[in-house]
Amino acid sequence: MRKIICVLVTLLMSVAARAQPEAFPSTYAPPAGQPVLFKNATILTGDGRRLDDADLYISDGQIQWVGEGEIAPGATEVDASGRWITPGLIDVHSHLGVYPSPGVAAHSDGNEATAPVTAEVWAEHSVWPQDPGFSRALAGGVTAMQILPGSANLFGGRGVTLKNVPSISYQGMKFPDAPHGLKMACGENPKRVYGGRTQAPSTRMGNVAAYRSAWIRAQRYQADWDRYNQAVKDAAEAAEGDSSGASVASALLTNTPPRRNLELDTLAGALRGDILVHMHCYRADEMLTILDMAKEFGYSVGTFHHGVEAYKIADKLAANDVCGALWADWWGFKIEAYDGIQENIALVDRPAGGCAIVHSDSDEGIQRLNQEAAKAMLRGNRAGLDIPPERAIRWITYNAAKSLGVHEQTGSIQPGKMADVVLWSQDPFSVYAKPSQVYIDGVLRYEQNNPSLSPQSDFELGQLMGAAR
Amino acid sequence: MNTKRLLIVLMGSLLFPGSGHAASLLITNGTVFMGATAPSSQLDILIEDGLIEAVAGDLSATEADHVIDAEGRPVTPALFAGISAAGLSEIGMVYEAVDSRLNKLYTGLMHPEFDVRKAYNPLSSVVPVTRIEGYGYTLLAAAFGDRTISGQGSLVRFDGGFNSFEGYTTIFVNVDGYSGNKIGGSRAAHWMLLETAFSSLDTKKAGGLWLTHNEHPLINQTGRATLKNTRENGIFVFTANRASDILQALAFSQKHQLKAIISGGQEAWVVREALAASGTPVVINALDNLPGSFDGLGARLDNAALLHAAGVTLLFTSGETHNARKLRQVAGNAVANGLPYEVAMAAMTSLPAEIFGGKPRMVAPGFRADLVIWSGDPLDVTSAADQVIIDGKLDPMTSRQTELLKRYLPAEAGLGRAYINP
Repeated sequence: MRKIICVLVTLLMSVAARAQPEAFPSTYAPPAGQPVLFKNATILTGDGRRLDDADLYISDGQIQWVGEGEIAPGATEVDASGRWITPGLIDVHSHLGVYPSPGVAAHSDGNEATAPVTAEVWAEHSVWPQDPGFSRALAGGVTAMQILPGSANLFGGRGVTLKNVPSISYQGMKFPDAPHGLKMACGENPKRVYGGRTQAPSTRMGNVAAYRSAWIRAQRYQADWDRYNQAVKDAAEAAEGDSSGASVASALLTNTPPRRNLELDTLAGALRGDILVHMHCYRADEMLTILDMAKEFGYSVGTFHHGVEAYKIADKLAANDVCGALWADWWGFKIEAYDGIQENIALVDRPAGGCAIVHSDSDEGIQRLNQEAAKAMLRGNRAGLDIPPERAIRWITYNAAKSLGVHEQTGSIQPGKMADVVLWSQDPFSVYAKPSQVYIDGVLRYEQNNPSLSPQSDFELGQLMGAAR
Repeated sequence: MNTKRLLIVLMGSLLFPGSGHAASLLITNGTVFMGATAPSSQLDILIEDGLIEAVAGDLSATEADHVIDAEGRPVTPALFAGISAAGLSEIGMVYEAVDSRLNKLYTGLMHPEFDVRKAYNPLSSVVPVTRIEGYGYTLLAAAFGDRTISGQGSLVRFDGGFNSFEGYTTIFVNVDGYSGNKIGGSRAAHWMLLETAFSSLDTKKAGGLWLTHNEHPLINQTGRATLKNTRENGIFVFTANRASDILQALAFSQKHQLKAIISGGQEAWVVREALAASGTPVVINALDNLPGSFDGLGARLDNAALLHAAGVTLLFTSGETHNARKLRQVAGNAVANGLPYEVAMAAMTSLPAEIFGGKPRMVAPGFRADLVIWSGDPLDVTSAADQVIIDGKLDPMTSRQTELLKRYLPAEAGLGRAYINP
């Protein structure tokens, strides 16, 4: 009898414990890059340091050393004197691929605006890898970005972090092992979209009620899985311990796993911290409401996006370890953006632990994140905040990597990290600065004025044939 | 520099706006952009009664009520802010506070007589927000609504006046694919309507023009008179990006004897020879480099450089109202992509007034003293306007946004930010 129970338990276990394979895994594998030694550059490391007249060596896809060290025979030498090196730029808020160029209606794939809670959708399933915007962003020094769903919904779905490498598929761009993001939205957009249809939410209070209801469902879902996983564990232990009794009950429970729910998978992932929360939110008071809600449900808001009033609560954002991904100067396009000031980024950066990020939310802005950061730096300095370039570069490199949960791999020039590097024609904080070269995982992916290193999407091929060049 | 700026601000608060006191102002040691030429360094500018009185190497012996030492900083005419709805749109999506378009008024297909200037509000927060960034004027546009012709506007100065319009009446005609699709379903339908309306201008027929026997006219009597007058004394801005649309606009303008300007012009480089030959200026956003629509598959960053090299007159616009202040960056990027610096500066200063009929924006005796002293290169994102001067008066350099900054810059708020009232 005991033997039978053991067999039964083992049998049930084998069904239940089968791990879910990773869905839509990354297939990105960088080719071998040539080792490169950059000599005599001004290096902004991305984590707050500036090195003048310094050397940098990359090989095997990694940053090997900064300063001095050994190089492999045959390494390419790049004379970088007078030029600057930064980590590859990272945009935490892009809609490339989901709102691609050309922006025709049939390409509008960024907002599943059919229900206010669509945590089950994944932006990657809308990404058109042939969006010409990717190559334009590459020419602007962007080596990684998060593609987010739009902000029509309270829970817009999952965002995906991509390496900015041309590929036939988004899987071929997917940043290996990067966590998913969860796009959420405050304020005007959800209540306008659904209120306009006489549907909930039509108010800010309706927004909050709907978030909380969704979190409650996610908590219950998580509890069901926790109970189930515990039962599986208990049953396994019981089987090994050669006991009966409770093990039968547990084993039976393992036979009825909770039904998977894509929406709640995402929400529960956010509650567990496996999925990082990216919250579109403009007004200071709403951001504070959201922080309270996060406490209520025991999750963390990773980054507030847009946050034109973030400067009003910069200390609270820093205290809660929340990043602010912001524009340099956008304002006034709606009333929740009415109080935008150009010092917003610098003020969010000011407190100890402040995590300011320059984001684009724009296929134009992503091409010149350096200029956007330059404007924000200028405004900070004119307000007396004393922000040197080595500090401002964090806004588009390390802090952005932190917001996406990839700061261990990229975002700063540190030995062992991915060799995601931009060589600039000059100080990058100028309208005249351009990337001379862009490396991703040590592979030269773009070079200025070099047609063979200027990738073009399929869409652009053969257009305007016959026009005089 | 901060202290210095503060002094200037304090001084300025006595002078602007609305001070009847006619003061003289001397700016010394400026790197002066006179107009379309390379700047001259170490110049002094004397301003009296709102006008530039003298520009010379050393005017330090001149008595003036106020003196600003530019310390070698650039001094330019106050910049053109591009085509915008400044003073027409307080908040983009608060539609009752947006007055730049004619919509849902089905009294006719074309209303060129729709004049956005009637709705202009100089007290809009957008005006000082833009002005303190170094901008002195904009082209008020009738935004695309649901019509072939969206209406009329003109230049307006950011001097705070309720009636500070300048230059020619400018009618905005949309001939791109988006408009064609909305009106009649195609570009061809759109041109058909325009042709019908303009051909009627030279007939003896008075009154309106009925396209069909339904109740709506194609264009009413006032509209026809407006088109006729503007043909004689005004400008037609054709919004077009595709090369073929631009050529159609040129041909149409030639046939009907219109003074035309192309706005958009993403593929203008393709037809640059025709543009140059016809002497038609083009207003572009030099940041347009994506095939954002099938009208602009040929958008490219060196559009400005190519147009200039072919002899086409260029202006810039950012397509923005609230962030019209971004236009310096637009021009700077054109320079970074091959446009000569002086050409970009002329496009930002003197040319818009020349084209749209405003008073000259040049730093020369007799001209209006709308000037800016810059912290550095006016086209770079590393510099900002240190001091704006309008009609010879120092702008206080305050806006709703500077007031918000003053409220939130202090680390301590005491009783609360609401008690910090600058």
